[in-house]
Amino acid sequence: MTAHRTPARLVDARPGPGHTIEFDGRPVPVLPGQTIAAALWANGILAWRRTRVGGRPRGAFCGIGVCYDCLATVDGRPNLRTCLLPAEPGTVVTTQEGHGRADLEV
Amino acid sequence: MPTSKSDPAARPYDLAIVGAGPAGLAAAVTAAGLGLRCALLDAAERPGGQYYRHPAPGLGAARPDRLHHHWPAFAALLRRLDAHTRAGRVDHLSGHHVWTAEPGETWRLRAVVGPGGPSSTGSAGRAAVVEARAVLLATGAYERQLPFPGWTLPGVVTAGGAQAMLKSGLVLPGRRIVVAGSGPLLLAAAASLAAAGARVPAVVEAGDYLGYARTPAALAALARNPGKLGEGARHAVLLLRHRVRLRPRSAVVEAHGEDRVTAVTVARLDADWRPVPGTGRRIACDALAVGHGLLPQIELATELGAATRTGPDGAVALAVDERLRTNLPGLWAAGETCGVGGADLALVEGEIAAREIAGRPVPAALRSLRRRRRAFAHLLAAAHRPGPGWTDWLTPETDVCRCEEVPAARIREAVDELGAGDARTVKLLTRAGMGWCQGRMCGPAVACLAGGGPPRPDSRPLACPVPLAHLADAADESPGGSG
Repeated sequence: MTAHRTPARLVDARPGPGHTIEFDGRPVPVLPGQTIAAALWANGILAWRRTRVGGRPRGAFCGIGVCYDCLATVDGRPNLRTCLLPAEPGTVVTTQEGHGRADLEV
Repeated sequence: MPTSKSDPAARPYDLAIVGAGPAGLAAAVTAAGLGLRCALLDAAERPGGQYYRHPAPGLGAARPDRLHHHWPAFAALLRRLDAHTRAGRVDHLSGHHVWTAEPGETWRLRAVVGPGGPSSTGSAGRAAVVEARAVLLATGAYERQLPFPGWTLPGVVTAGGAQAMLKSGLVLPGRRIVVAGSGPLLLAAAASLAAAGARVPAVVEAGDYLGYARTPAALAALARNPGKLGEGARHAVLLLRHRVRLRPRSAVVEAHGEDRVTAVTVARLDADWRPVPGTGRRIACDALAVGHGLLPQIELATELGAATRTGPDGAVALAVDERLRTNLPGLWAAGETCGVGGADLALVEGEIAAREIAGRPVPAALRSLRRRRRAFAHLLAAAHRPGPGWTDWLTPETDVCRCEEVPAARIREAVDELGAGDARTVKLLTRAGMGWCQGRMCGPAVACLAGGGPPRPDSRPLACPVPLAHLADAADESPGGSG
Protein backbone atom coordinates (compact mmCIF):
# COMPACT_ATOMS: atom_id res chain seq x y z
CA MET A 1 0.00 0.00 0.00
CA THR A 2 1.61 3.22 -1.16
CA ALA A 3 -0.26 5.33 1.39
CA HIS A 4 1.85 3.88 4.21
CA ARG A 5 5.23 4.37 2.58
CA THR A 6 7.04 7.69 2.85
CA PRO A 7 10.67 8.69 2.27
CA ALA A 8 11.07 9.28 6.02
CA ARG A 9 9.70 5.82 6.89
CA LEU A 10 11.89 4.20 4.25
CA VAL A 11 15.09 5.35 5.96
CA ASP A 12 13.60 5.23 9.47
CA ALA A 13 14.11 8.97 9.96
CA ARG A 14 13.66 10.64 13.32
CA PRO A 15 14.24 14.29 12.43
CA GLY A 16 15.37 16.81 14.99
CA PRO A 17 13.20 19.84 15.75
CA GLY A 18 12.04 21.56 12.57
CA HIS A 19 11.85 25.25 11.78
CA THR A 20 10.12 27.60 9.36
CA ILE A 21 11.03 29.60 6.27
CA GLU A 22 8.88 32.13 4.50
CA PHE A 23 7.78 31.65 0.90
CA ASP A 24 5.94 34.54 -0.78
CA GLY A 25 4.70 35.73 2.60
CA ARG A 26 3.52 32.42 4.01
CA PRO A 27 5.28 30.13 6.48
CA VAL A 28 6.68 26.83 5.16
CA PRO A 29 7.75 24.14 7.64
CA VAL A 30 11.24 22.71 7.15
CA LEU A 31 12.97 19.61 8.50
CA PRO A 32 16.52 20.18 9.70
CA GLY A 33 19.11 19.94 6.93
CA GLN A 34 16.72 20.26 4.01
CA THR A 35 17.57 22.59 1.13
CA ILE A 36 15.15 25.34 0.20
CA ALA A 37 14.01 23.36 -2.85
CA ALA A 38 13.42 20.22 -0.77
CA ALA A 39 11.37 22.17 1.76
CA LEU A 40 9.22 23.65 -1.00
CA TRP A 41 8.68 20.21 -2.62
CA ALA A 42 7.73 18.75 0.75
CA ASN A 43 4.98 21.37 0.93
CA GLY A 44 3.65 20.68 -2.57
CA ILE A 45 5.28 23.77 -4.12
CA LEU A 46 6.90 23.02 -7.49
CA ALA A 47 7.48 26.50 -8.96
CA TRP A 48 9.24 29.56 -7.52
CA ARG A 49 10.42 31.49 -10.57
CA ARG A 50 8.85 33.09 -13.64
CA THR A 51 10.99 33.02 -16.77
CA ARG A 52 12.43 36.14 -18.39
CA VAL A 53 10.96 35.64 -21.86
CA GLY A 54 7.66 33.82 -21.51
CA GLY A 55 6.86 34.45 -17.85
CA ARG A 56 6.49 30.69 -17.36
CA PRO A 57 6.69 28.97 -13.95
CA ARG A 58 9.83 26.99 -13.10
CA GLY A 59 11.19 25.16 -10.09
CA ALA A 60 13.77 22.44 -9.47
CA PHE A 61 14.70 20.33 -12.48
CA CYS A 62 18.14 18.69 -12.07
CA GLY A 63 18.32 18.84 -8.28
CA ILE A 64 22.14 18.92 -8.31
CA GLY A 65 23.06 22.50 -9.16
CA VAL A 66 23.81 22.24 -12.88
CA CYS A 67 20.57 23.38 -14.59
CA TYR A 68 19.87 26.72 -12.84
CA ASP A 69 16.12 26.27 -13.20
CA CYS A 70 15.58 26.45 -9.43
CA LEU A 71 16.83 30.02 -9.07
CA ALA A 72 14.88 32.21 -6.68
CA THR A 73 15.29 35.38 -4.69
CA VAL A 74 16.51 34.44 -1.21
CA ASP A 75 16.73 37.04 1.56
CA GLY A 76 16.53 39.70 -1.14
CA ARG A 77 19.35 38.27 -3.29
CA PRO A 78 18.19 37.07 -6.73
CA ASN A 79 19.40 34.15 -8.87
CA LEU A 80 20.34 31.72 -6.10
CA ARG A 81 20.22 27.96 -6.63
CA THR A 82 17.69 26.74 -4.09
CA CYS A 83 18.57 23.08 -4.66
CA LEU A 84 22.01 23.77 -3.14
CA LEU A 85 21.13 26.26 -0.41
CA PRO A 86 20.22 24.95 3.03
CA ALA A 87 16.96 26.39 4.35
CA GLU A 88 17.98 28.32 7.47
CA PRO A 89 15.42 29.30 10.11
CA GLY A 90 13.70 32.47 8.96
CA THR A 91 15.04 32.38 5.38
CA VAL A 92 12.78 34.50 3.17
CA VAL A 93 12.18 33.10 -0.33
CA THR A 94 10.29 35.04 -2.96
CA THR A 95 9.19 33.91 -6.40
CA GLN A 96 11.68 35.46 -8.77
CA GLU A 97 10.31 37.45 -11.68
CA GLY A 98 12.56 37.10 -14.75
CA HIS A 99 16.17 38.01 -14.05
CA GLY A 100 15.24 39.15 -10.57
CA ARG A 101 16.90 42.54 -10.97
CA ALA A 102 13.93 44.78 -11.58
CA ASP A 103 15.71 47.19 -9.21
CA LEU A 104 18.35 47.81 -11.86
CA GLU A 105 15.74 48.57 -14.52
CA VAL A 106 17.77 46.65 -17.13
CA MET B 1 44.53 24.22 5.64
CA PRO B 2 43.94 25.24 2.06
CA THR B 3 46.33 27.60 0.44
CA SER B 4 44.75 30.99 0.00
CA LYS B 5 45.92 34.50 -0.61
CA SER B 6 46.04 35.01 3.13
CA ASP B 7 48.34 32.02 3.49
CA PRO B 8 50.93 32.26 0.69
CA ALA B 9 53.54 30.25 2.54
CA ALA B 10 51.52 27.03 2.71
CA ARG B 11 53.28 24.32 0.75
CA PRO B 12 51.52 22.67 -2.18
CA TYR B 13 49.66 19.40 -1.61
CA ASP B 14 51.02 16.25 -3.21
CA LEU B 15 47.59 15.68 -4.75
CA ALA B 16 44.41 17.70 -5.15
CA ILE B 17 41.29 15.68 -5.93
CA VAL B 18 38.28 17.47 -7.39
CA GLY B 19 35.06 15.67 -6.45
CA ALA B 20 34.23 13.58 -3.38
CA GLY B 21 32.05 10.96 -5.04
CA PRO B 22 33.03 7.28 -5.31
CA ALA B 23 36.14 7.91 -7.47
CA GLY B 24 37.38 10.89 -5.47
CA LEU B 25 36.83 9.24 -2.10
CA ALA B 26 38.54 6.02 -3.14
CA ALA B 27 41.46 8.04 -4.50
CA ALA B 28 41.75 10.20 -1.38
CA VAL B 29 41.86 7.36 1.14
CA THR B 30 44.19 5.27 -1.06
CA ALA B 31 46.60 8.15 -1.73
CA ALA B 32 46.62 9.23 1.91
CA GLY B 33 47.27 5.65 2.95
CA LEU B 34 50.30 5.64 0.64
CA GLY B 35 51.68 8.74 2.30
CA LEU B 36 50.49 11.53 -0.01
CA ARG B 37 49.19 14.78 1.48
CA CYS B 38 45.84 15.35 -0.21
CA ALA B 39 43.25 18.07 -0.66
CA LEU B 40 39.78 16.74 -1.44
CA LEU B 41 37.72 19.56 -2.92
CA ASP B 42 33.99 19.12 -3.27
CA ALA B 43 31.06 21.46 -3.91
CA ALA B 44 28.74 19.65 -1.52
CA GLU B 45 28.56 19.97 2.22
CA ARG B 46 28.93 16.23 2.82
CA PRO B 47 31.06 13.71 0.90
CA GLY B 48 29.52 11.05 -1.35
CA GLY B 49 28.89 12.81 -4.65
CA GLN B 50 25.59 12.12 -6.35
CA TYR B 51 25.68 8.34 -6.01
CA TYR B 52 26.22 8.33 -2.25
CA ARG B 53 24.06 11.34 -1.55
CA HIS B 54 22.44 10.82 1.82
CA PRO B 55 20.15 12.61 4.25
CA ALA B 56 21.48 15.56 6.24
CA PRO B 57 22.35 14.54 9.82
CA GLY B 58 19.46 16.63 11.17
CA LEU B 59 16.99 14.33 9.41
CA GLY B 60 18.02 11.53 11.76
CA ALA B 61 17.92 8.72 9.20
CA ALA B 62 18.68 5.46 11.01
CA ARG B 63 18.67 3.44 7.77
CA PRO B 64 20.20 5.54 4.96
CA ASP B 65 21.33 2.25 3.41
CA ARG B 66 17.77 1.62 2.20
CA LEU B 67 18.23 4.24 -0.50
CA HIS B 68 21.53 2.76 -1.67
CA HIS B 69 23.36 -0.22 -3.02
CA HIS B 70 26.76 -0.85 -1.44
CA TRP B 71 26.18 1.44 1.54
CA PRO B 72 28.71 -0.54 3.64
CA ALA B 73 31.39 0.28 1.06
CA PHE B 74 30.61 3.98 1.46
CA ALA B 75 30.54 3.74 5.26
CA ALA B 76 33.99 2.12 5.15
CA LEU B 77 35.32 4.89 2.89
CA LEU B 78 33.97 7.53 5.28
CA ARG B 79 35.66 5.86 8.25
CA ARG B 80 38.99 5.83 6.40
CA LEU B 81 38.53 9.44 5.25
CA ASP B 82 37.79 10.46 8.81
CA ALA B 83 40.94 8.78 10.10
CA HIS B 84 43.12 10.40 7.42
CA THR B 85 41.50 13.79 8.03
CA ARG B 86 42.18 13.62 11.76
CA ALA B 87 45.76 12.58 11.08
CA GLY B 88 46.20 15.64 8.84
CA ARG B 89 46.83 13.60 5.68
CA VAL B 90 43.63 14.76 3.94
CA ASP B 91 42.03 18.20 4.01
CA HIS B 92 38.40 17.71 2.99
CA LEU B 93 37.43 21.10 1.56
CA SER B 94 33.64 21.01 1.36
CA GLY B 95 31.53 23.73 -0.22
CA HIS B 96 34.33 24.40 -2.72
CA HIS B 97 33.05 25.06 -6.25
CA VAL B 98 36.17 24.75 -8.40
CA TRP B 99 35.89 27.03 -11.40
CA THR B 100 39.29 26.74 -13.05
CA ALA B 101 42.48 24.73 -12.99
CA GLU B 102 45.80 26.36 -13.90
CA PRO B 103 48.44 23.88 -15.06
CA GLY B 104 52.12 24.01 -14.21
CA GLU B 105 54.87 22.30 -12.24
CA THR B 106 52.54 23.17 -9.37
CA TRP B 107 48.87 23.14 -10.33
CA ARG B 108 46.58 25.81 -9.01
CA LEU B 109 42.84 25.25 -8.46
CA ARG B 110 40.53 28.19 -7.85
CA ALA B 111 37.24 27.79 -6.03
CA VAL B 112 34.32 29.81 -4.77
CA VAL B 113 33.44 28.73 -1.25
CA GLY B 114 29.87 28.58 0.06
CA PRO B 115 26.93 26.17 -0.03
CA GLY B 116 25.29 27.64 -3.11
CA GLY B 117 28.41 29.03 -4.72
CA PRO B 118 28.72 32.76 -5.23
CA SER B 119 26.64 35.25 -3.25
CA SER B 120 25.12 32.54 -1.08
CA THR B 121 26.69 33.76 2.12
CA GLY B 122 25.68 37.38 2.08
CA SER B 123 29.02 38.26 0.55
CA ALA B 124 30.22 37.24 -2.88
CA GLY B 125 31.51 33.95 -1.49
CA ARG B 126 35.08 33.43 -0.31
CA ALA B 127 37.83 32.80 -2.84
CA ALA B 128 40.09 29.80 -2.26
CA VAL B 129 43.24 28.77 -4.09
CA VAL B 130 44.64 25.27 -3.69
CA GLU B 131 48.07 24.31 -5.02
CA ALA B 132 49.15 20.75 -5.70
CA ARG B 133 51.77 18.82 -7.63
CA ALA B 134 49.15 16.55 -9.20
CA VAL B 135 45.43 16.90 -9.83
CA LEU B 136 42.85 14.13 -10.12
CA LEU B 137 39.57 15.05 -11.79
CA ALA B 138 36.74 13.03 -10.26
CA THR B 139 33.98 15.48 -11.08
CA GLY B 140 31.42 12.88 -12.07
CA ALA B 141 28.56 13.46 -14.48
CA TYR B 142 25.19 15.05 -14.97
CA GLU B 143 22.16 13.83 -16.85
CA ARG B 144 21.61 14.02 -20.58
CA GLN B 145 18.28 15.52 -21.57
CA LEU B 146 16.36 15.43 -24.84
CA PRO B 147 13.59 18.04 -25.08
CA PHE B 148 9.93 17.27 -25.78
CA PRO B 149 6.77 19.38 -25.67
CA GLY B 150 5.95 20.26 -22.06
CA TRP B 151 9.35 19.37 -20.60
CA THR B 152 9.66 22.80 -18.97
CA LEU B 153 6.50 22.34 -16.86
CA PRO B 154 6.97 22.28 -13.09
CA GLY B 155 6.80 18.67 -11.95
CA VAL B 156 8.94 17.51 -14.85
CA VAL B 157 12.31 16.77 -13.24
CA THR B 158 15.39 14.81 -14.18
CA ALA B 159 15.48 11.16 -13.09
CA GLY B 160 18.74 11.80 -11.26
CA GLY B 161 17.28 14.96 -9.74
CA ALA B 162 14.31 13.06 -8.34
CA GLN B 163 16.78 10.60 -6.80
CA ALA B 164 19.04 13.35 -5.50
CA MET B 165 16.22 15.24 -3.80
CA LEU B 166 14.93 11.99 -2.31
CA LYS B 167 18.33 10.82 -1.07
CA SER B 168 19.33 14.10 0.56
CA GLY B 169 16.04 15.80 1.47
CA LEU B 170 13.63 12.84 1.79
CA VAL B 171 11.16 14.52 -0.57
CA LEU B 172 9.26 13.56 -3.72
CA PRO B 173 8.10 15.86 -6.54
CA GLY B 174 4.67 14.24 -6.61
CA ARG B 175 2.68 11.18 -5.62
CA ARG B 176 2.20 9.60 -9.05
CA ILE B 177 5.47 9.76 -10.93
CA VAL B 178 6.12 8.48 -14.46
CA VAL B 179 9.79 7.60 -15.07
CA ALA B 180 11.01 7.94 -18.66
CA GLY B 181 13.99 8.29 -20.97
CA SER B 182 16.72 5.74 -21.48
CA GLY B 183 19.39 3.94 -19.49
CA PRO B 184 19.88 1.88 -16.35
CA LEU B 185 19.43 4.88 -14.04
CA LEU B 186 15.70 4.80 -14.81
CA LEU B 187 15.25 1.44 -13.11
CA ALA B 188 17.18 2.58 -10.05
CA ALA B 189 15.22 5.82 -9.87
CA ALA B 190 11.86 4.08 -10.29
CA ALA B 191 12.75 1.51 -7.63
CA SER B 192 13.72 4.13 -5.06
CA LEU B 193 10.73 6.38 -5.83
CA ALA B 194 8.38 3.41 -5.42
CA ALA B 195 10.08 2.29 -2.21
CA ALA B 196 9.65 5.83 -0.86
CA GLY B 197 5.90 5.72 -1.43
CA ALA B 198 5.38 7.14 -4.91
CA ARG B 199 3.05 5.37 -7.27
CA VAL B 200 5.03 4.76 -10.48
CA PRO B 201 2.54 3.96 -13.25
CA ALA B 202 5.26 3.21 -15.81
CA VAL B 203 8.95 3.18 -16.61
CA VAL B 204 9.15 4.28 -20.22
CA GLU B 205 12.44 3.18 -21.85
CA ALA B 206 13.27 4.35 -25.36
CA GLY B 207 15.83 1.63 -25.96
CA ASP B 208 15.33 -2.07 -26.35
CA TYR B 209 16.39 -4.01 -23.28
CA LEU B 210 16.98 -7.12 -25.34
CA GLY B 211 19.62 -5.10 -27.15
CA TYR B 212 22.02 -6.02 -24.33
CA ALA B 213 22.08 -9.61 -25.42
CA ARG B 214 22.15 -9.50 -29.18
CA THR B 215 25.84 -10.05 -29.88
CA PRO B 216 28.36 -12.63 -28.61
CA ALA B 217 30.58 -9.79 -27.31
CA ALA B 218 27.69 -8.32 -25.34
CA LEU B 219 26.80 -11.69 -23.88
CA ALA B 220 30.42 -12.17 -22.86
CA ALA B 221 30.52 -8.76 -21.16
CA LEU B 222 27.34 -9.60 -19.28
CA ALA B 223 28.71 -12.96 -18.20
CA ARG B 224 31.87 -11.29 -16.82
CA ASN B 225 29.82 -8.84 -14.75
CA PRO B 226 27.39 -11.04 -12.80
CA GLY B 227 27.08 -8.37 -10.11
CA LYS B 228 25.48 -6.00 -12.60
CA LEU B 229 22.95 -8.66 -13.57
CA GLY B 230 22.10 -9.14 -9.92
CA GLU B 231 21.62 -5.40 -9.48
CA GLY B 232 19.26 -5.30 -12.46
CA ALA B 233 17.36 -8.28 -11.11
CA ARG B 234 16.94 -6.61 -7.71
CA HIS B 235 15.44 -3.52 -9.36
CA ALA B 236 13.17 -5.72 -11.49
CA VAL B 237 11.85 -7.59 -8.45
CA LEU B 238 11.14 -4.34 -6.63
CA LEU B 239 9.37 -2.87 -9.65
CA LEU B 240 7.25 -6.03 -9.97
CA ARG B 241 6.34 -5.85 -6.30
CA HIS B 242 5.18 -2.26 -6.72
CA ARG B 243 3.34 -3.14 -9.94
CA VAL B 244 5.44 -0.77 -12.05
CA ARG B 245 4.97 -1.43 -15.73
CA LEU B 246 8.08 -1.40 -17.93
CA ARG B 247 7.41 -0.05 -21.40
CA PRO B 248 10.43 -0.59 -23.67
CA ARG B 249 10.84 1.01 -27.13
CA SER B 250 8.58 3.88 -25.98
CA ALA B 251 8.95 7.54 -25.02
CA VAL B 252 7.09 10.36 -23.35
CA VAL B 253 6.41 12.54 -26.39
CA GLU B 254 4.48 15.21 -24.53
CA ALA B 255 3.87 16.42 -20.98
CA HIS B 256 0.50 18.06 -20.42
CA GLY B 257 -0.54 20.72 -17.95
CA GLU B 258 -0.93 24.44 -17.48
CA ASP B 259 1.18 25.43 -14.49
CA ARG B 260 2.35 21.92 -13.62
CA VAL B 261 2.35 18.51 -15.23
CA THR B 262 -0.95 16.61 -14.98
CA ALA B 263 -0.44 13.86 -17.59
CA VAL B 264 1.98 12.58 -20.23
CA THR B 265 1.52 11.01 -23.63
CA VAL B 266 3.56 7.86 -24.19
CA ALA B 267 4.11 6.57 -27.74
CA ARG B 268 5.80 3.50 -29.17
CA LEU B 269 9.06 4.15 -31.05
CA ASP B 270 10.53 2.57 -34.15
CA ALA B 271 14.17 1.44 -34.19
CA ASP B 272 15.31 5.03 -34.85
CA TRP B 273 13.24 6.37 -31.92
CA ARG B 274 10.61 7.89 -34.22
CA PRO B 275 7.15 7.83 -32.61
CA VAL B 276 4.88 5.32 -34.32
CA PRO B 277 1.71 7.17 -35.40
CA GLY B 278 -1.45 6.14 -33.59
CA THR B 279 0.31 4.57 -30.60
CA GLY B 280 0.00 7.52 -28.18
CA ARG B 281 -1.49 6.69 -24.77
CA ARG B 282 -2.17 9.23 -22.05
CA ILE B 283 -1.06 8.51 -18.48
CA ALA B 284 -2.20 10.74 -15.62
CA CYS B 285 0.57 11.81 -13.23
CA ASP B 286 1.62 14.73 -11.07
CA ALA B 287 5.34 14.37 -11.81
CA LEU B 288 7.64 13.01 -14.50
CA ALA B 289 11.25 11.96 -13.88
CA VAL B 290 13.14 11.90 -17.17
CA GLY B 291 16.69 11.41 -18.44
CA HIS B 292 18.82 9.80 -21.12
CA GLY B 293 21.88 8.55 -19.32
CA LEU B 294 24.78 10.62 -18.06
CA LEU B 295 27.37 12.97 -19.55
CA PRO B 296 30.86 13.31 -18.06
CA GLN B 297 31.49 16.68 -16.42
CA ILE B 298 34.93 17.52 -17.76
CA GLU B 299 35.11 21.23 -18.57
CA LEU B 300 37.94 21.88 -16.10
CA ALA B 301 40.11 19.64 -18.31
CA THR B 302 38.74 20.38 -21.80
CA GLU B 303 39.33 24.11 -21.23
CA LEU B 304 43.02 23.22 -20.97
CA GLY B 305 42.96 21.25 -24.19
CA ALA B 306 42.80 17.79 -22.64
CA ALA B 307 42.24 15.04 -25.21
CA THR B 308 38.78 13.47 -25.30
CA ARG B 309 37.12 10.42 -26.77
CA THR B 310 33.51 9.87 -27.80
CA GLY B 311 31.74 6.86 -26.32
CA PRO B 312 29.31 4.56 -28.13
CA ASP B 313 26.40 6.67 -26.86
CA GLY B 314 27.89 9.87 -28.27
CA ALA B 315 29.01 11.20 -24.87
CA VAL B 316 32.37 12.97 -24.78
CA ALA B 317 34.74 11.75 -22.04
CA LEU B 318 38.38 12.41 -21.16
CA ALA B 319 40.87 10.19 -22.95
CA VAL B 320 43.14 8.48 -20.41
CA ASP B 321 45.80 5.81 -20.68
CA GLU B 322 46.01 2.56 -18.72
CA ARG B 323 47.45 4.57 -15.80
CA LEU B 324 44.48 7.03 -15.91
CA ARG B 325 46.68 9.92 -17.04
CA THR B 326 45.20 12.55 -19.34
CA ASN B 327 47.47 13.96 -22.03
CA LEU B 328 48.28 16.93 -19.76
CA PRO B 329 51.26 16.37 -17.42
CA GLY B 330 50.11 16.13 -13.82
CA LEU B 331 46.40 15.78 -14.63
CA TRP B 332 44.68 12.46 -13.97
CA ALA B 333 41.05 11.40 -14.22
CA ALA B 334 38.94 8.63 -12.69
CA GLY B 335 35.34 7.47 -12.73
CA GLU B 336 32.64 9.05 -14.88
CA THR B 337 35.05 11.69 -16.26
CA CYS B 338 36.70 8.92 -18.28
CA GLY B 339 33.34 7.67 -19.59
CA VAL B 340 30.22 6.90 -17.60
CA GLY B 341 30.41 3.46 -16.01
CA GLY B 342 28.85 3.60 -12.57
CA ALA B 343 30.01 3.69 -8.97
CA ASP B 344 31.74 0.28 -8.88
CA LEU B 345 34.00 1.28 -11.75
CA ALA B 346 34.61 4.70 -10.19
CA LEU B 347 35.77 3.11 -6.92
CA VAL B 348 38.23 0.90 -8.81
CA GLU B 349 39.56 3.76 -10.95
CA GLY B 350 39.94 6.08 -7.97
CA GLU B 351 42.11 3.48 -6.29
CA ILE B 352 44.15 2.79 -9.43
CA ALA B 353 44.75 6.49 -10.06
CA ALA B 354 45.90 7.06 -6.47
CA ARG B 355 48.36 4.15 -6.65
CA GLU B 356 49.73 5.42 -9.98
CA ILE B 357 50.11 8.98 -8.69
CA ALA B 358 51.92 7.64 -5.62
CA GLY B 359 54.20 5.62 -7.91
CA ARG B 360 53.13 2.31 -6.41
CA PRO B 361 52.34 -0.92 -8.25
CA VAL B 362 48.73 -1.64 -9.18
CA PRO B 363 47.54 -5.19 -8.49
CA ALA B 364 46.70 -7.06 -11.70
CA ALA B 365 43.30 -7.99 -10.27
CA LEU B 366 42.41 -4.33 -9.95
CA ARG B 367 43.37 -3.68 -13.57
CA SER B 368 41.33 -6.59 -14.87
CA LEU B 369 38.35 -5.51 -12.77
CA ARG B 370 38.60 -2.09 -14.39
CA ARG B 371 38.74 -3.63 -17.88
CA ARG B 372 35.71 -5.82 -17.18
CA ARG B 373 33.65 -2.94 -15.86
CA ARG B 374 34.68 -0.65 -18.72
CA ALA B 375 33.55 -3.34 -21.17
CA PHE B 376 30.19 -3.52 -19.46
CA ALA B 377 29.84 0.27 -19.48
CA HIS B 378 30.59 0.24 -23.19
CA LEU B 379 27.83 -2.31 -23.74
CA LEU B 380 25.27 -0.24 -21.82
CA ALA B 381 26.23 2.98 -23.57
CA ALA B 382 25.79 1.37 -26.98
CA ALA B 383 22.38 -0.02 -26.03
CA HIS B 384 21.07 3.38 -24.91
CA ARG B 385 22.50 5.60 -27.62
CA PRO B 386 19.76 8.09 -28.55
CA GLY B 387 18.19 7.26 -31.92
CA PRO B 388 18.20 10.02 -34.54
CA GLY B 389 14.40 10.03 -34.76
CA TRP B 390 13.91 11.62 -31.31
CA THR B 391 13.72 15.05 -32.97
CA ASP B 392 10.28 14.02 -34.30
CA TRP B 393 8.97 14.62 -30.74
CA LEU B 394 9.56 18.35 -31.11
CA THR B 395 6.90 20.81 -32.16
CA PRO B 396 8.03 24.20 -33.54
CA GLU B 397 7.09 25.82 -30.20
CA THR B 398 8.98 23.34 -27.98
CA ASP B 399 11.67 25.15 -26.00
CA VAL B 400 14.93 23.35 -26.71
CA CYS B 401 17.04 25.68 -24.57
CA ARG B 402 15.39 26.00 -21.16
CA CYS B 403 17.47 28.94 -19.91
CA GLU B 404 17.08 31.23 -22.92
CA GLU B 405 13.66 29.86 -23.95
CA VAL B 406 14.70 29.15 -27.53
CA PRO B 407 12.08 27.11 -29.41
CA ALA B 408 12.88 24.38 -31.92
CA ALA B 409 11.56 26.52 -34.78
CA ARG B 410 14.24 29.15 -34.19
CA ILE B 411 17.00 26.56 -34.07
CA ARG B 412 15.75 24.92 -37.26
CA GLU B 413 15.61 28.34 -38.91
CA ALA B 414 19.25 28.95 -37.96
CA VAL B 415 20.23 25.61 -39.47
CA ASP B 416 17.98 25.48 -42.54
CA GLU B 417 17.86 29.13 -43.55
CA LEU B 418 20.88 30.84 -41.99
CA GLY B 419 23.36 28.06 -42.70
CA ALA B 420 24.41 27.19 -39.14
CA GLY B 421 26.19 23.83 -39.30
CA ASP B 422 27.20 23.29 -35.68
CA ALA B 423 26.04 23.98 -32.14
CA ARG B 424 28.38 26.93 -31.72
CA THR B 425 26.95 28.80 -34.70
CA VAL B 426 23.41 27.97 -33.59
CA LYS B 427 24.29 29.49 -30.21
CA LEU B 428 25.56 32.69 -31.79
CA LEU B 429 22.41 33.04 -33.90
CA THR B 430 19.75 31.96 -31.36
CA ARG B 431 21.29 32.18 -27.86
CA ALA B 432 20.57 28.44 -27.35
CA GLY B 433 23.22 27.26 -24.88
CA MET B 434 24.14 30.79 -23.80
CA GLY B 435 22.16 30.79 -20.57
CA TRP B 436 22.83 30.05 -16.91
CA CYS B 437 23.48 26.33 -17.37
CA GLN B 438 26.06 26.99 -20.11
CA GLY B 439 24.42 24.51 -22.45
CA ARG B 440 24.50 21.54 -20.09
CA MET B 441 20.77 20.90 -20.51
CA CYS B 442 20.30 21.67 -24.23
CA GLY B 443 23.79 20.89 -25.57
CA PRO B 444 23.17 17.37 -26.92
CA ALA B 445 19.85 18.40 -28.47
CA VAL B 446 21.24 21.51 -30.13
CA ALA B 447 24.24 19.60 -31.47
CA CYS B 448 21.90 17.00 -32.91
CA LEU B 449 19.61 19.57 -34.53
CA ALA B 450 22.64 21.39 -35.94
CA GLY B 451 23.84 18.16 -37.52
CA GLY B 452 27.46 19.17 -37.07
CA GLY B 453 28.93 15.68 -37.11
CA PRO B 454 30.45 14.06 -34.03
CA PRO B 455 29.97 16.01 -30.77
CA ARG B 456 32.79 18.30 -29.67
CA PRO B 457 33.69 18.82 -26.03
CA ASP B 458 31.83 21.72 -24.48
CA SER B 459 33.76 24.89 -23.88
CA ARG B 460 33.14 26.50 -20.49
CA PRO B 461 35.95 28.79 -19.38
CA LEU B 462 34.31 29.11 -15.96
CA ALA B 463 32.89 25.88 -14.58
CA CYS B 464 30.43 27.72 -12.30
CA PRO B 465 29.38 31.31 -11.54
CA VAL B 466 32.30 33.36 -10.24
CA PRO B 467 32.19 36.81 -8.63
CA LEU B 468 33.98 39.41 -10.73
CA ALA B 469 36.21 40.26 -7.78
CA HIS B 470 37.59 36.69 -7.83
CA LEU B 471 38.36 36.99 -11.54
CA ALA B 472 40.15 40.27 -10.98
CA ASP B 473 42.23 38.80 -8.13
CA ALA B 474 43.12 35.76 -10.22
CA ALA B 475 44.28 37.97 -13.08
CA ASP B 476 46.47 39.99 -10.71
CA GLU B 477 48.19 36.88 -9.35
CA SER B 478 48.80 35.09 -12.61
CA PRO B 479 52.26 35.13 -14.13
CA GLY B 480 52.41 38.21 -16.31
CA GLY B 481 49.64 39.81 -14.29
CA SER B 482 50.18 43.06 -12.47
CA GLY B 483 50.22 41.44 -9.02
